Amino acid sequence: MHALREMVKVETKLFLRDSATVIFGVLFPAGLLLGLGAIPALREPSPETGGLRSIDVWAPTALVFGMVMIAVQHVPAVIATYRERGILRRLSTTPAHPRNVLLAQMIVALASVVVSAALMIFLAWAVLDIAPPERPLEFVVAFVVGFAALLGLGMISAAVVRTSGAANQIGTLLFVALMFFGGAFLPRVLMPDLLREVGDFIPPGLQALTAAWSAEAGEVTATAGGQSFWLQIAIMAGIAVIASAIAAKLFRWE
Amino acid sequence: MTALEVRNLHKRYGTHVAIDDVSFTVEEGEIFGIIGPNGAGKTTTVESIAGLRTPDSGSISVLGLDPIKDRAEVRERLGVQLQESSFPDAIKVAEALELYSSFYRDAVDWRELLDLLGLADKRNTQYKALSGGQKQRLSIALALVGNPKVAILDELTTGLDPQARRDTWSLIERVRDTGVTILLVTHFMDEAERLSDRIAVIDGGRVAAVDTPAGLIARASAVQQVRFRVREPLDRSVLTELSDVTGVEITEGRWLVTGSGQLLSSVAGALARAQVVAEDLRVDQRNLEDAFVAFTGRAPESKEPSERKAD
Repeated sequence: MHALREMVKVETKLFLRDSATVIFGVLFPAGLLLGLGAIPALREPSPETGGLRSIDVWAPTALVFGMVMIAVQHVPAVIATYRERGILRRLSTTPAHPRNVLLAQMIVALASVVVSAALMIFLAWAVLDIAPPERPLEFVVAFVVGFAALLGLGMISAAVVRTSGAANQIGTLLFVALMFFGGAFLPRVLMPDLLREVGDFIPPGLQALTAAWSAEAGEVTATAGGQSFWLQIAIMAGIAVIASAIAAKLFRWE
Repeated sequence: MTALEVRNLHKRYGTHVAIDDVSFTVEEGEIFGIIGPNGAGKTTTVESIAGLRTPDSGSISVLGLDPIKDRAEVRERLGVQLQESSFPDAIKVAEALELYSSFYRDAVDWRELLDLLGLADKRNTQYKALSGGQKQRLSIALALVGNPKVAILDELTTGLDPQARRDTWSLIERVRDTGVTILLVTHFMDEAERLSDRIAVIDGGRVAAVDTPAGLIARASAVQQVRFRVREPLDRSVLTELSDVTGVEITEGRWLVTGSGQLLSSVAGALARAQVVAEDLRVDQRNLEDAFVAFTGRAPESKEPSERKAD
């Protein structure tokens, strides 16, 4: 346990020294929401969104941005670099199993998205008057399970890529695909029903996050054929488990 | 006591035989060198000792333990400095040492290692900002932080400037003086000759010879050569009748005498008795590089065989 604690400590410091990741992964979601909140039209209640402001419905997307960034871009790039440069190999000659370094990475990644989310939710409330999650417990479950599913995908990428360059390319592709369903390019409320329903199966599960944050917003973005909240959570948990198993199976230390 | 014992090690990757049959033993407190051409099986051998590769057959004992079966225990007691291994760019020297010391049950005080390795003023420097020599010293420090009984150092001074290499050598000698047994893999002949108590020459996956540096050189240089020039006439029988001399060649006043035993003193004595003054008297003094060539039939990478002037 001592070794894992030291690894988490060191990985945290390394994370904080990586300013691009801190800015884009941790600070950007809050900045993005505040930036969009500065546009008056997005602060007007609209009948299209059931009388809510666009910004209320869109807030979870900003959150997903940070989660996806960390899980499928940052973590795989770090692990690919560690493998490419023999850092994992070096660790495997010590009594510390290199598995601990992966665990430490995931712990630091989770901590960073929690900080990112807390910051964003606080600023959304303080500046844009967006109420904090109405169902905090369900929100935490949706957030953690959704992030685990994302991280599972990130770990598959980390397991198969040979170089950090390839990790970045796969990370960017995954980022674009996941953020599409995460509503970054087309708000979920404007998506056709079919896309929204497919979205229930795409990590981190935007609909579940939205519904747990605000029941009203959740109703606006839900579809008739969509999955119930707990079923979405179960789907994300399933993805997390299956993806982690695939990643563990494919993982190469060298 | 035996620190390391390798018996009939064999390892293949598909059809490629990386190690055919390698055996050697390293005594406690020794610096044991492994030299050999590229692809001879040096790295696969040390990786097997470190437990990173599973040999197809043969046995390895590290302080009486098996690197695969007793993996955890071997990792506690074996320090490894690998070729092509690295550390995160942004990690600071002190952080890397503190992290690695947390891995071991019985770690040494890493602050003392900082002093021993001359890194004390670099403790808050990030890895990426270190010079090649400093990175290498950090890597050695991390191999030693677990208080190992045996340390493997693979291509320790590759990429270092001559001064950094000499500093690293004296460091290794100091480490050995603290009681650590060292297995040194290198392709630098001067490094192996300077540091090693004994050397194994590995070639084509087999051990071509194991001996002290002086022993290897002596075995490889059964044939000696002495060259000189004379102004006065000299009858070749003066030299050919000497028991140590096997051949005499004369080209444009340059004499080349081949032989064995105490060739130089026999030739010098004969010339003195004949009252002939030899000019430019040279003896082709063999070094480890020549021994390497003799055992492997190959030159150890881009160096001219040296010919030194006898004083």
